[in-house]
Amino acid sequence: MSLLRITSPHAHGPLSTTRVMQTVLLATLPGVAALVWFFGPGVLVNIAVTSFFAIAFEAAVLKLRGRPVLRTLDDHSAVVTATLLAIALPPYAPWWLLAVGAAASILLAKQLYGGLGYNPFNPAMVGYVVLLISFPVQMSTWAAPRGLAAEVPGLVDALQACFIPASFDGATMATPLDILRQNSDQSLAALYAGTPQLGAWGGVGWQWVSLGFLAGGLWMLYRGIFTWHAPVAMLAALAALAALFYDGGGPGSGGSPLFHLLSGATMFGAFFIVTDPVSSAVSTRGRLIYGALIGVLIYLIRTRGNYPDAVAFAVLIMNFAAPFIDYYTQPRSYGHARGDRP
Amino acid sequence: MLAWLADHPLAAAVLALVALGLVFGAVLGYAAERFRTEGNPVVEQINAILPQTQCGQCGYPGCRPYAEAIAGGSAEINQCPPGGEAGIQALADLLDVEAKPLDAAHGEEAPVKAVAFIHEDDCIGCTKCIQACPVDAILGAAKQMHTVIGSECTGCDLCVEPCPVDCIEMIPQAETLKTWHWPLPDPAAGRVEIIATDRLQDRAA
Amino acid sequence: MRRVHTFHGGIHPPEHKAQSLQAPIQPAGIPPQLVLPLAQHIGAPAQPVVRAGQAVRGGELLAEADGFVSVPVHAPTSGTVSAIEERPVPHPSGLSAPCIVIDTDGADTWLPPAPLAAAERADQTRLRECIQGAGIAGMGGAGFPTAVKLSPGPGKAIDTLIINGTECEPYITADDSLMRERAGDIVAGTRILAELLAPRDILIGVEDNKPEAIAALQAAADSTMEVVVFPTKYPSGGEKQLIEILLGKQVPSGGIPADIGVVCQNVGTAVAVHEAVARGRPLVSRVTTVTGEAVTRPGNYEVLLGTPMGWLLEQAGVDPDRARRLIMGGPMMGFSIPAPECPVVKTTNCLLVPTEAELPTPPPAQACIRCGLCAEACPATLLPQQLYWFARGKEYDKLEGHNLFDCIECGACSYVCPSHIPLVQYYRASKAEIIARRREAEKADHARERFEARQARMERLAAEREAKRAERKKAAEAKARAKARAAATEGAETVDGAQAAADEDPIQAAIERAKARKAALAAGDAGEPADRVAKLTANVDAIAKRLAAAREKLESYDGGEAPVAEALKRGVEKTADKLAKAEAELREAREGVSEEA
Repeated sequence: MSLLRITSPHAHGPLSTTRVMQTVLLATLPGVAALVWFFGPGVLVNIAVTSFFAIAFEAAVLKLRGRPVLRTLDDHSAVVTATLLAIALPPYAPWWLLAVGAAASILLAKQLYGGLGYNPFNPAMVGYVVLLISFPVQMSTWAAPRGLAAEVPGLVDALQACFIPASFDGATMATPLDILRQNSDQSLAALYAGTPQLGAWGGVGWQWVSLGFLAGGLWMLYRGIFTWHAPVAMLAALAALAALFYDGGGPGSGGSPLFHLLSGATMFGAFFIVTDPVSSAVSTRGRLIYGALIGVLIYLIRTRGNYPDAVAFAVLIMNFAAPFIDYYTQPRSYGHARGDRP
Repeated sequence: MLAWLADHPLAAAVLALVALGLVFGAVLGYAAERFRTEGNPVVEQINAILPQTQCGQCGYPGCRPYAEAIAGGSAEINQCPPGGEAGIQALADLLDVEAKPLDAAHGEEAPVKAVAFIHEDDCIGCTKCIQACPVDAILGAAKQMHTVIGSECTGCDLCVEPCPVDCIEMIPQAETLKTWHWPLPDPAAGRVEIIATDRLQDRAA
Repeated sequence: MRRVHTFHGGIHPPEHKAQSLQAPIQPAGIPPQLVLPLAQHIGAPAQPVVRAGQAVRGGELLAEADGFVSVPVHAPTSGTVSAIEERPVPHPSGLSAPCIVIDTDGADTWLPPAPLAAAERADQTRLRECIQGAGIAGMGGAGFPTAVKLSPGPGKAIDTLIINGTECEPYITADDSLMRERAGDIVAGTRILAELLAPRDILIGVEDNKPEAIAALQAAADSTMEVVVFPTKYPSGGEKQLIEILLGKQVPSGGIPADIGVVCQNVGTAVAVHEAVARGRPLVSRVTTVTGEAVTRPGNYEVLLGTPMGWLLEQAGVDPDRARRLIMGGPMMGFSIPAPECPVVKTTNCLLVPTEAELPTPPPAQACIRCGLCAEACPATLLPQQLYWFARGKEYDKLEGHNLFDCIECGACSYVCPSHIPLVQYYRASKAEIIARRREAEKADHARERFEARQARMERLAAEREAKRAERKKAAEAKARAKARAAATEGAETVDGAQAAADEDPIQAAIERAKARKAALAAGDAGEPADRVAKLTANVDAIAKRLAAAREKLESYDGGEAPVAEALKRGVEKTADKLAKAEAELREAREGVSEEA
């Protein structure tokens, strides 16, 4: 009998990091499908190209750092980061934009800090913000959604847009959030009537994309990938603020709660970005606070800030605060009096 | 008075500064008296880190003299082999200086702690080792057999040299059920994995 | 119905209990050899009272308790003590420890049992002695001497006695089968424990996944005790967790249950107490679950203590090709046994022999992604992930600050960790390191005290020597002065000036003394050299004798150790030198004498 000597526990639960990452990838499917339906296959090209660069950068850095390359790549975290970044970027972005984004995510935000688990900031959001600040024109070129555009681009268009400079000639359109932010004199009812993009709730196409990500998020919640605290707190805080400042839908209104929940990156952010365990608060109470403050920041930046969407900035700002939140939300250990904190 | 001060802003400024100086001086002076520390606590703190082997490998007659030398700046922090790298690190943290590798001139860190043992059949009762022991861990009298009190021995090996019949041996302390513990996992290698039966066979061979 | 509480965290691993519950408890039989470690409990190892070669009968005392926190060891059957030596014992290190080895004779003859008479039972001291004397230590896994727990000490009134029938670890069913089949014994044993502790409440806690055991206990229990059923969750069988479930109270950190008026005992311990007190049978066997997919006849076996695990596994039909590990205890807290020759001891509640597919070798650890699942699973509400970082960084102060020592090593955090980080091993290693450092620091403090005491003594001795010398000097001066004064009275007229000088000058006095001695020698004091010769002769004789002894020793020494032989040789040489010197001196002295003569 050849016997192994291993410390307890000998049994292990079914979850593994690789499995978690795979689940996250699968959970993006409904949202990605909605994106493809409304905006064409650009997002798929985005995902493929960004993933390629992300894996290449990650492998190169791991090699340089003398870490096991294949074993580390096996955790799928680079692909997850790339996918989330690619979903956040406008479809039909040129390849170099994707490469720069992947570099910022993988090199700057992740490996420079020591790789998976050590990054204080969400890598995908760092990549997004770097691109948003550096290339504002490319970053605000969103294709028009199906139903408003004459036709939705095909796969060939998407590949051309990516690899041949300045070749994208599809219709582009301001996003619903842009429209609402630039409005200053019309009541919401008049604005909705005058702008077809706004659709019924959160913008044509956008609302379905958001619902797609919501579905994926709920599935992950069901699978126990994360706890409900942070996303629910974020959505509740955002909706509550929107309701508070709805102002009867007058010209000064910040938009309805439903609009805020279903437009822009709200749902995507709530279930795919805010739930990123590495850069968020850890304790249950901490996650409630973390999520709620992100919701507050999103509303503030959307209605008062300079950028159309705010999820990335809100998340990054709260990433700063996560260790601080963790420190003040430490649970009381068994057998200890309340408040004796280390 | 106030009117005069208002008329002479320069004098007022000087007076204000002098008054501030006096007040702060008084506060500091009071604090210095009130929170005075006795002795030289740095020496105590350094001494608390040193392993108290009293072996003299550092070049000083005992741990306290070495601690005093470090505090006085005349000795480096890397002269203590029994304290090892951990001890140097602790000293570096305490004194807020850069940690250095152990100075090989003073010896090497022993991987396993050893305890002196007197082969009692050979002992001639010369008491030389008793005089050499810095912690009085050797029991005996002239022309009587000596023995080491194992639990008191610091493993300094100062008794080995003076013995005229070389009957003192430093015996490494074997691992027992009480001292054994799981090692810290090596994060690079994953989980510790030894095929235990093979290991037993190796030991038997 | 009592309201049950819950504790933070916990997990629900697959139970795997059915496979070992298909048959009732069966005796494992008598193996050809029993190996009984002297330390099967927490505390001082027992002291052997038998010799190798001695014949023993079942129930005979083999080793007696060494102090209060210790229990004795008895012979599980009749046979001959073949050795008292170091043997591998069930411990993750695979190290050996002193054991008593018995070659069994198969006859299984026993000492007549001596149950406690009713009158003796009324005497609490006698009852406690009986429980300790039967060698009973906690059978749930920790092995803490039961009698110690039954003596909470003055000022600690026990108001609740908890009988732990939780058995929350997967695979293990030893307590479950005991509760099903011997509920009466458990209740009887509980009554004895209650006699000693006089608690207000007696609670028997069982998880709701053991309906048959619950039914059996409820049928057997009397009106003083209550069987409390609560939802299954690992690790509700942990003493602290069980107390929280049943009472909603927490044991203070660093304290013991008795601090809040609670004593916990395992159901197996209750049975052992009943056996010892009512039937006069010491603890020599226990129910052990043998299970795992590599075992063809899994089940619960009544095993004699000291039975080699390998032998027991053969009885249960283990497939050596499929066995990948041998685990004593369950899959969550049990430890891997490196050698199958280790014996079954008082704490062996389970032998688990899983196949590789059943409990796969863990993959290499991946990076911690701070998912927080460990903190959610931790029954002690610790922050396992923080502890992990601190343990990796060897930040021992921070580890203690984050209550590392409240960790019960249940393994829930490692179980849920998606990155397969061996968290518990980090905690175990860090705890041991902190304890070792504490011990080291204590030792260093002790050494420093001894060093300083020695230093002080040396200084004192030096000062005393100095003082003595000064005194002698003073005395000499005084003497010289007295002498000079005497001389002055004799011839005051003649050497007045010289006398004055001698009075003040000790050198002068010394010179005068030397002169006086020379004069005396010249006068012919023949006795002195003769004395010297006699003394030197004796000296030479003594040295010669010593030399002879040393030579003899050197010749008779044929041991292999070179340094010893060399030391002896050097000793001989030195003595020979001394002899030559002494002889030369003697010769000189003799010549002196003959010259004088």
